Amino acid sequence: MDFLFTDEQLELRATVRDFLAGKSAEETVRRLMATEAGYDPRVWRQMSDQLGLTGLAVPEEYGGAGFGYVELGIVFEEMGRALLCAPYLSTVALATEALLRCADEAARRDLLPGLAAGRTIGTLALLEKPGRWDEAGVQTRASRTAAGWVLDGAKRHVQDGHIADLIMVGARTPAGVGLFAVDGAAPGLTRTSVPTLDQTRKQANLEFAGTPARLIGDDADGWRVLRRVLDTAAVLLAAEQVGGAFRAVEMAAGYARVRVQFGRPIGSFQAIKHLCADMLTEAEAARSAAYYGLWELAADSDDVPLAASLAKACCSQAYSRIAGDAIQVHGGIGFTWEHPAHLYFKRAKACEAMLGTPGYHRDLLAARLGLRSARGMEA
Amino acid sequence: MDIEIRPEDQPFADEVQRWLDEHLVGEFAEHRGVGGPDDPAAWELRLRWEKKLSAGRWLGLTWPPEYGGRGATLSQAIIFEYLYARAQAPYRLGVQGQDLFGPTLLMFGTPGQKARFLPKILAAEEFWGQGFSEPDAGSDLASVRTRARLDGDDWMIDGQKIWMTFGTSADWLYVLCRTDPRAARHRGLSLLIVPARQPGVEIRPVTNMLGDGGFCEVFFTAARTRADLVVGAPGDGWKVAMAALGVERGTLLIPQQLGFEREAEHVLELARGRAGATGLSHRLVDAWIAVRLMRVTTLRTIGELVAGREPGAQAATSKLYASVQHQRLLELATELLADDMTVTGGGYALKALQRAFLLSRAETIYGGSSQIQRNIIGERVLGLPREPRPGSTGG
Ligand SMILES: Cc1cc2nc3c(=O)[nH]c(=O)nc-3n(C[C@H](O)[C@H](O)[C@H](O)COP(=O)(O)OP(=O)(O)OC[C@H]3O[C@@H](n4cnc5c(N)ncnc54)[C@H](O)[C@@H]3O)c2cc1C
Repeated sequence: MDFLFTDEQLELRATVRDFLAGKSAEETVRRLMATEAGYDPRVWRQMSDQLGLTGLAVPEEYGGAGFGYVELGIVFEEMGRALLCAPYLSTVALATEALLRCADEAARRDLLPGLAAGRTIGTLALLEKPGRWDEAGVQTRASRTAAGWVLDGAKRHVQDGHIADLIMVGARTPAGVGLFAVDGAAPGLTRTSVPTLDQTRKQANLEFAGTPARLIGDDADGWRVLRRVLDTAAVLLAAEQVGGAFRAVEMAAGYARVRVQFGRPIGSFQAIKHLCADMLTEAEAARSAAYYGLWELAADSDDVPLAASLAKACCSQAYSRIAGDAIQVHGGIGFTWEHPAHLYFKRAKACEAMLGTPGYHRDLLAARLGLRSARGMEA
Repeated sequence: MDIEIRPEDQPFADEVQRWLDEHLVGEFAEHRGVGGPDDPAAWELRLRWEKKLSAGRWLGLTWPPEYGGRGATLSQAIIFEYLYARAQAPYRLGVQGQDLFGPTLLMFGTPGQKARFLPKILAAEEFWGQGFSEPDAGSDLASVRTRARLDGDDWMIDGQKIWMTFGTSADWLYVLCRTDPRAARHRGLSLLIVPARQPGVEIRPVTNMLGDGGFCEVFFTAARTRADLVVGAPGDGWKVAMAALGVERGTLLIPQQLGFEREAEHVLELARGRAGATGLSHRLVDAWIAVRLMRVTTLRTIGELVAGREPGAQAATSKLYASVQHQRLLELATELLADDMTVTGGGYALKALQRAFLLSRAETIYGGSSQIQRNIIGERVLGLPREPRPGSTGG
């Protein structure tokens, strides 16, 4: 592993950055975050049709472009930088990934092309209680009826759950945990939008009451798939966090260059200069963490779970801290609604909890490194 | 850590491994990993080892053959360092000449200087000391006061240097001197090559906090060196000294990283066996994470250097990050050792972890202290304004 981007990958980064500079400028972010849907369908279509971003890492046989996780990570990093408001993480890192990882070829053929083309918005409904990203946390029931499988239970914090056309659900079957696909318009499904602290990303609570569902793969094979999906999504989210963190460093340094107090730019005071230097140092470490995860994913290595927890723990903490420090560097203006610093700060907070907090991932790592057995979690 | 070995480099890697297998035996194998950048432990043994390396032509791999190098590629040099560090061969004594002064002379020296000095460095016959810091010029290096003036065919040098690593073993010193007392701070400086063994040069060991003689103070009293022994033009000393400090140390990063990884593994092993580890598990995880991240950061930088790209900002932040994280790792180790940490052998004989722990305190001071690193990151990478300097116009 050399962690070196190819020229094509650098080009992809430049293209996506350009695109997002036009389509996800701050005023656009503010406009979209105030809408119910939370994204711009026209931009979404351009993302999929012109740039092929929704199908970037989907194999060509399912209508994608066949690139890998390193390319996908670049896209996430750029989206994090631009605070893009779109159901990209839910569609690409969660729903698409679940189908790619499952052992159900028919489902892949049926469902992936729509996701890859951006015609289907997808998500994953897994979490039921805050912080419970483990297998035991899955309590929603799946039962087999004459008409097929039905689900009963409730899922919370479902990213973009209010607009998803396709909802992948982890549910308890008599045999274990199964992975299911539910149509967004299915009978017996109630979706309730939940206002979010980070308004640039939307959530819904979902209730299932005898909701028809399609079993994906084996009825006991779901957790194997989901665990890999969670690891993959954690790495991609980490890349997004890195993008946001770097933008926050740039904003802080940019302001420190021009804001004058005591007759000199505040960036000439070491208290501020050194804070900015520490922010950049932590952002670079986080970047190494995310790239480590991406490269392990690309190599499909046995270390993916380790790298995923490392990336998620490290990038979550870095983004939260850096976004907080960026507010500090800005002083009063950084505390206002009008200034974008809080948008990054809140995105950082939301990302930190999503897919497991830093503490949760440290527990996993401690267990994996043989430091102690984490209760209720697999080692 | 693994590095990628391209097929065309495989024969070279095999040759390195064969040589190490054959030579890293006996007393050398018994002293695996001995020494460090400023650790003089097992000096005589390391000197014998360095002569063997020289005879095998493993020093200065990338230097031109006319100076005793092999004209090897950077990626080969990295493979060598990797296999060398993985085998835990003794830390080389000649780092000052091989990795700091030599590369600087390759950039700025005259053909005559190169022909005179470089082969002796690679022969492990002449060792070098860096004479930059002074009692009143540390972080503020541009304020050095050691004076040199031309006296016939010689420079005559008066002044004092301090903290010179391995100075008592140096045959030659590269000394930053003020050669034009009227020019402003940075401008009146020259980098002189000075023979260490002469009546005008007195080198006294300074005992460091380990109780070792790792570094020295050096007094120049009408010391002499030939007029042509200036690196670069007279007055260019600042530029040349900065280049010496900034030599891209892609190759030095590797032994450092492998050392970190071995220590981290050792610390985790300690933790697994100790009751004292309770309450430390998240800090242990963080220490492990940091070492893994340093690995990736090192590989990122090396990858860019080998590809001929300009290294990214991580090259500027990694010294600060690594030195601080290394201290934390070793602090954790001392906590795990608990009471065992509090006793030494007779004659203040320190355990390996105690040595490493104490030595790590220097890492945030030398090579630009952490505060200076933050200034550099802030000013050169983030473009923040410099601090106004009182009296900066007066020199
Ligand atoms: C083990 C070891 C080996 C060494 N080997 C050599 C060698 O071979 N050759 C050589 O020439 N030198 C060598 N040095 C010297 C080293 O380069 C200096 O110690 C270093 O540059 C710091 O200078 P100083 O010790 O005078 O500390 P000072 O510069 O006095 O610094 C004291 C404190 O003030 C802080 N400080 C200074 N300036 C600023 C500023 N502008 N802003 C904020 N904080 C500041 C520093 O960070 C530090 O915390 C070695 C040092 C050590 C510890």
